[in-house]
Amino acid sequence: MNTFLGSLLRILALTRKELLAVLKDRRSRMSLLIPPVVQALIFGYAATYDLNHVTYAVLDQDHTAASRQLLAGLDGSGVFERVADLQRANDVDSIIDARRALLVVQIDPQFERHLLSGQSAEVQLIADGRNSTTAGTAMGYFSDIVEQFNSSWGRDHGVAPAPVQLIARAWYNPNLETRWFMIPGMIGTLTLLQTMMLTAMSVAREREQGTFDQLLVTPFRPFEIMAGKALPSMVVGTIQAGGVLLVAQLWFRIPFVGSYGTLSTGLLLFLLAAVGIGLLLSAVAATMQQAMLYSMLLIMPFSLLSGLTTPISSMPRAVQYLTAINPLSYAIDITRRVYLEGAGLDLLIADLWPLALIAALTLSAASWMFSHRMQ
Amino acid sequence: MMGSESTLRTNAWPSKLRRIRALVVKESRQTLRDPSSLAIGVVLPLILILLFGYGLSLDVKNVPIAIVMESPTPEAVELAAGFSLSAYFRPVLTRSMPPAQRLLLEHRVDGVFVIPADFSSRFAAGDAEVQLIVHGGDANRARITEGYVQGVLGAWTARLAAQGRASTNQGVSVSVQPRLWFNEANDSSYFLVPGLVVLVMTLIGGLLTAMVMAREWERGTLESLLVTPVRTEEILLGKTLPYFVLALFGFGLCVLSAKFLFHVPLRGSVWVLLGASMLYVLIALGIGLLISSWVKNQLVASQLTMLVTFMPAFMLSGFLFDLRSMPTAVRLITYALPARYYVALLQSVFLAGDVWSVIVPNTLALAAMAAALALGSRAVMRKTLA
Repeated sequence: MNTFLGSLLRILALTRKELLAVLKDRRSRMSLLIPPVVQALIFGYAATYDLNHVTYAVLDQDHTAASRQLLAGLDGSGVFERVADLQRANDVDSIIDARRALLVVQIDPQFERHLLSGQSAEVQLIADGRNSTTAGTAMGYFSDIVEQFNSSWGRDHGVAPAPVQLIARAWYNPNLETRWFMIPGMIGTLTLLQTMMLTAMSVAREREQGTFDQLLVTPFRPFEIMAGKALPSMVVGTIQAGGVLLVAQLWFRIPFVGSYGTLSTGLLLFLLAAVGIGLLLSAVAATMQQAMLYSMLLIMPFSLLSGLTTPISSMPRAVQYLTAINPLSYAIDITRRVYLEGAGLDLLIADLWPLALIAALTLSAASWMFSHRMQ
Repeated sequence: MMGSESTLRTNAWPSKLRRIRALVVKESRQTLRDPSSLAIGVVLPLILILLFGYGLSLDVKNVPIAIVMESPTPEAVELAAGFSLSAYFRPVLTRSMPPAQRLLLEHRVDGVFVIPADFSSRFAAGDAEVQLIVHGGDANRARITEGYVQGVLGAWTARLAAQGRASTNQGVSVSVQPRLWFNEANDSSYFLVPGLVVLVMTLIGGLLTAMVMAREWERGTLESLLVTPVRTEEILLGKTLPYFVLALFGFGLCVLSAKFLFHVPLRGSVWVLLGASMLYVLIALGIGLLISSWVKNQLVASQLTMLVTFMPAFMLSGFLFDLRSMPTAVRLITYALPARYYVALLQSVFLAGDVWSVIVPNTLALAAMAAALALGSRAVMRKTLA
């Protein structure tokens, strides 16, 4: 009992010392607390696949009431902005090439005649595919406007509606805003970088400066040194995650439907896994530079192949297996599901146990390496 | 006296060149012998481009979808078969809503398509309804899925109309003929891979100088260099040149894998690509130099490099997200990012060709930034010496 208490006290003392070392300097305090919040604010606005500003040009070869009605629907949507009225088909190339317009709408000369005679009238839509996702979304918006035109035209001219109507609804995100999807995912992403690096560097720095040897002659046991290095990073990570969560709720006003207890459980496991990886890296690395390089080499794939911006299900099978060792992919799934769907622990088991496993494996490997090296 | 003065003056340039050459030779040897800079310059770009080139994709295929068929009438079965035939869906059949709802909640399916019990009878009357519930979490994917469902439904209606089982004049109206220029196959790797080249160059350019220079500051070896007759700009040049060559080598690897592994077309000229990329590498190296002479600490320098170069290049460069849809304040920030101009250049040179109306303004912006950075790092270095 006494040994346990003593151990705990020693860990807490080390944690306090580490936290002081990180937080007492104003510059380093700022460098840990400000970036996640600022990034959440800026990227929260930037990271969306939704478009609110689609530039388009028109080549109207019909110039009738019908074509004007279609274009009025575009201009009145609030999303489409007409940048040019083209006169000749040759102008289409240059306006797309120069990126002045994302879309060119080309209305054929027979447009109204075809419509009135009950035939299908065609509209050519040319999109700049240099970013095919943006182009695809813009084309989807355009199709929606055409749908609206069709139904109002059908009403006015007595055309029967299509035999089957599709009624589509989106659950958990009724207005289909990507922001709702992105910002909860950033809670883990923005904390990973500094949490992992802080841990990886803390031991490497002590070793490079020779203070690690000094630590070893103290009554600390290897396990206690490790816990003393892990806890401060987790505290920093928790504060960072809290900051991003506040931005999501108070600034972007994304409704939080889950329970904070569930979210904390998931995030704690995630931080434990991240810190475990950081400790393992610092046990493997001989110098600070190596520790830094290794963490970069891991953080980049972790954050890009996490499902934050591109879905994991679209990745090739081999890469999907690789994401199984990525703690961030589980953390993103957990935060999104708790945040948007209110998922409980029972639904999140599939995400929680891999995180626990990663944490257990990395922490015990790091612990083994520390005690092994010390002898 | 007069003669020696004039020889001094004529010797000024050759001796400058000699000093720079000596520095470059020393730095190159050091770079080649230092595994960490080789790792950043050669191994890192290769790993990143391979991993991300294969891993990142925004194409939506094989969407798992639950189909609730409340009564298996011929029409309903035929409609459900349309999903099995489509390459875009992986349907799971259920007979009622609760199990489908459970599948959606467990993320086993991305959507639920409901064919109600009265579907056939109402279809005969011409006003049938089907329902689609998509998981809105990933809004982009949800929208694409909805479009695919519309497609399956449209194909089914057209097939029935062709067989004379549905009246043909129904729903006749405007149809859209879409064409996606520069990327006819609608393959997202066409724009992701050039964007990845930007990310990789940003990171390795910045890291190479940020970490290596910060290490010299930490060890004090830069100070000892400063007491020699070598001038500030000569040090900068001597330090940058080997990394410049190394980063260009990494760039070459990226372009080769883009072209031959990921089959992204290179429709513009190689020279434009190379020229713009040399400018961009200079900028990335310059940012690293600036950061490291400012903070002089490897840990802070590398974190700052990640924060000010990599993350913005990822989020704010137009690589993934459309710049025009960002709020004005955020869009103004993007104008300060070199990656923004480089992404525009690479996407055009790779996919569209030599479009001078895109190339000229973006290259000019990059050139101005490179010049500003060169002057800036000289000033910072001088100041830190004083």
